[in-house]
Amino acid sequence: MTRRPAPEPVQIVKQRRDAVLRALVEGVPYVQFMGITFERRGDELTGIMPYKDDLIGNPILPALHGGATAAFLEVTAIITLSWAFIWEDMESGALDVSDLSHVHLPRLPKTIDFTVDYLRSGLPRDAYARARINRSGRRYASVHVEGWQDNRERMFAQATGHFVMPQRKG
Amino acid sequence: MTDKLKQANQFIRALPHARALGMELQSLEMGTAIISMPYAERLIGDPKTGVVHGGAVSALMDTACGAAVMSHPSNPAGTATIDLRIEYLRAATPGQTITTEATCYHVTRSVAFVRATAHDEDRATPVAMATGTFTVEGRK
Repeated sequence: MTRRPAPEPVQIVKQRRDAVLRALVEGVPYVQFMGITFERRGDELTGIMPYKDDLIGNPILPALHGGATAAFLEVTAIITLSWAFIWEDMESGALDVSDLSHVHLPRLPKTIDFTVDYLRSGLPRDAYARARINRSGRRYASVHVEGWQDNRERMFAQATGHFVMPQRKG
Repeated sequence: MTDKLKQANQFIRALPHARALGMELQSLEMGTAIISMPYAERLIGDPKTGVVHGGAVSALMDTACGAAVMSHPSNPAGTATIDLRIEYLRAATPGQTITTEATCYHVTRSVAFVRATAHDEDRATPVAMATGTFTVEGRK
């Protein structure tokens, strides 16, 4: 009778996942410039764009710049898609995470097109976004993103984008 | 720089996000806006190649489209994006300024229709193209 190996201690698993996510997000200068961060629950990610004056497009209202909203949703789509791509390899051990300070990540997906639907003006508050991967094939992926602020039920913007996936080696 | 352009540039600089991204208005008249965004490290979206993030290009496109609407001869008092679709034809060459030309080609009582093209220093193939609709907030 063979005994099943003991499961990995939960803190080791969390440490590995969080370090890979950090490497993914903190490696992108534009994401840092926008101040966008990600919260993780298992494999689910929520993008957070904390309010700062630099994000304003209409100083009279005031309202978030439509471009800042578009960028936030696109960043959330790309990070979520990349994270899903990495997840499998990270969990199976195919991704070398022996040195968590130097994780060698695959290339990022490339945006083909991105369409933003502005539902109401962005308030000078923190914004949140979650992406749903509607299809992810070997070459292309289709992703939908929802952005909200104070109320989860009242989206201020949503977007759909298509992406070219990085190619796995071999 | 003409007085009119100087005035319009002050308008762009009054938009905090446009200023933060380093946007410069090159020309603005009769429903057409040309705005450039010099290359900067903070705009990088792919650390392995140094290519500018699509989000920064989106912000440039959105700003140029909005400015084009504001400069339309029908004189809207204000505008906001209803919808904006962007196609990324190729990666912008790292180190090069990206310039967007946006044209507001039709305005109704409530909606403005806009198209835009973004180039880097290689004018042969655009970096991105955009189509958008914007609100028209009353007339001046």
